[in-house]
Formats: sequence, structure tokens, C-alpha cells
Amino acid sequence: MFNWIQRIADWLVYDVLNLSKEQHLTEALNFFIYDTTKILILLFIVIFFMGIVNSYFPIDKVKNYLSRKKLYGLEYFIASLFGVVTPFCSCSSVPLFIGFVRGGIPLGVTFSFLITSPLVNEVAIGLFIGLFGIKTTIIYVVTGVLLGTIAGIILQNLKLERYLTPWVKEVLANAQRDQDAFQSEKLTFKQRLPIIWTEVIKILKGIIPYVIVGIAIGGLMHGYIPEGFFEKYMNKDNLFAVPIATILAVPMYSNASGILPVVQVLVAKGIPLGTAIAFMMGVVGLSLPEAMLLKKVMTLKLITIFFTVVTLCIIFSGFLFNILL
Amino acid sequence: MTKVIKILGTGCPKCKSMTNVVQEVVTANQIDATIEKVEDIMEIMKFNVLRTPALVIDEEITIKGRVPSKEEVLALLK
Repeated sequence: MFNWIQRIADWLVYDVLNLSKEQHLTEALNFFIYDTTKILILLFIVIFFMGIVNSYFPIDKVKNYLSRKKLYGLEYFIASLFGVVTPFCSCSSVPLFIGFVRGGIPLGVTFSFLITSPLVNEVAIGLFIGLFGIKTTIIYVVTGVLLGTIAGIILQNLKLERYLTPWVKEVLANAQRDQDAFQSEKLTFKQRLPIIWTEVIKILKGIIPYVIVGIAIGGLMHGYIPEGFFEKYMNKDNLFAVPIATILAVPMYSNASGILPVVQVLVAKGIPLGTAIAFMMGVVGLSLPEAMLLKKVMTLKLITIFFTVVTLCIIFSGFLFNILL
Repeated sequence: MTKVIKILGTGCPKCKSMTNVVQEVVTANQIDATIEKVEDIMEIMKFNVLRTPALVIDEEITIKGRVPSKEEVLALLK
């Protein structure tokens, strides 16, 4: 499928730049051009596709659907699934949270959405396909959705409403399963396309530098870290590896685009995939800036419980991965 | 008549760039309008938006969750 990119990379490196084959640096450059091109193309496709889905399936519709339907427990799963198609900007987390609470959507269901939305996003999916292949990507997405579902159910059962900030409690008391009238954009596909296009370009522009730097660092590491280097320290039998990787990752606020190419090299050098994915989920799914924003609606205790439950779920899925893969 | 433009957003980078776009359009086209930044979450929630930034022109929500182009803003203000 990507042979043609390899040919372009070969042509650029060997013919245009006239570098000789089999030299360490030449091969690294070739690999870098190939990898960057492939990943950027995949990112473009995934972001564009998600942009179309999101244009027709905006968050307001999702909210109305969740507050209207009685779904007998399935709502956690559905909220989590919606989280996948909705791009998440941490600056939207507060209005979103309030909107959901006001719509009478249970706290746990709201959490399901809040967990999956950053965890499984278009950028992460595009990068995963490019770096780890389709199979691992599917496992990642399915795990992410299930993790959001299960963590949401756990959080609901902890009865956390009392730990909301007072003004949110007031909103909660006045909650009604209403259909908020929202002004939906009635546009044809032709009218939507430029809007989607602008978004895609904007997202890509924002992440390209990180992707390139990430792949470059990954490439350098690839050349200098010996094969199987990490196997000694972080093999599957080391029970502490997954928890430590996850806990290290939570406070890190790096975007996925910079860190994923590096993680891929770590996996190639012997870190078990489950440990690496747990690390990834910690970086992408939970972050301190998000916690700071959530302080407007939640008490510190609630944020701590929220982060703890999600962290434990991530550690659990890391172990599960290491057993299954 | 003076148009009342409100930009709803909790102060994220996207909200700032929306403000800049709107400001530039208003100045460049000498549109008679007041621009108000609404950063208080309680106020924002009165407009029932789930995604910020949102652009409100004369109490009508026109754009949610994304930064519009200058042309788009100009079209909305005319």
C-alpha cells in the first residue's frame, strides 16, 4: 500500500541527493522521509474522515440523544463511543460537563464521554495506524472505548455528586431531561466541505512540527539504542513496569503527535506493547491542565477520585495487553 | 444599528484567535459593532453552548467550537 512512498524516498535520497546506499545516515534519512510522509498522509485521511463525521454528528445532537433515551446501561458505552468521534479540546471540557449535567445525563455517563474523548482521538488513531499498524490500532481503540465505559460505570456507582462544586450542584438540582434547542447548521455537503477542510489544515499545521521532531528523535534512538535494550528492565514479568509507566505518564502533558513516534521505537527496542500503550493512555488521556480546568466544576477530592479510577483502569488494561499480545 | 458581538470562551488559545479574527474584520471593514469577551463560565452556560469558542451576534449563536475565517465573519456581520 505504501510502496510508492518508499520509491519516492529512494528517489529523493539516492538520485536527487545522490547519497550512497548502505550508509548509516543515508538509511536513516530514507527511513525518516518514508515514515514522515506515510504518517502525515494517514493523519490527513483520518482527521478528514473524523471531520466529516463530526460535522454531521455534533456534540449537541449527542447530548440530546443521551438525555432523551433510556438506554438501560448501554448509555455508558454509547457516550464512550461518541467520545471517539468528537474532537476534544480541553478548553471545552467545562461547558461540556455543565451541558451534560444540565441535560440530566448521569455523572458516570458524562465521565465515560470525558475519558474517551481525549483518549481515542483522530490524531492518535492516525499515528497509531502509521506506527503500529491496523491491528494494534483496533486494539487500542476498542480498549479505549471499553475503558471509558467501565470507568464511567465505576464512577457512577461511587455516588460522587456530593463532591461537585456548589454551583454545579445547583445546576444538577435544576437538571431536566430537556431538548435544548440548538441552532444546527443546515448546510449541504458542498457548504460543509470548506469548513471541514479549514479545520483539517489547522489541526495538521498544529501537529506537523511535533510529528517531525518525534520521528526524528525516534530515528536517532533507533540507530543508537541496541536491540532489546529495555528487555532487561521492563519485560513482561516485571510487575512494576506498567504502573510506573502509567504514573509517570499522567502528569506529562505532551501531545500524542510528538510522543508516539518515540514510543514506537521503545517498543521496537523491547518494551512490551502493553506497557507502552498504558504509558500512551496516561499521557493522552489524563493531564494536569485538564485537571486545573475541571477544578471549576469539581472539588479536588472528585478530581482525585476521577484520575485515580482512570489510572487504575489504564494500569489494568496495560497488564491485559501484555498477557494477550 | 450597532451590532453586539460576544465571544464566549474560557480563555483558551482558540478563543483568543477567534477574538483576533473578529477584531480584525470589524476594524478593517469599519463595522459598527461592540465586541465583548465573555469569560465567566456561568455567563457562557446561559447561551447553552457545549463547545467553545462560540461567536454570538445580537444574541444569536452563529459559530461554535471552531475558529472561523475572516470571510465567514464578514458574511455573518453583513
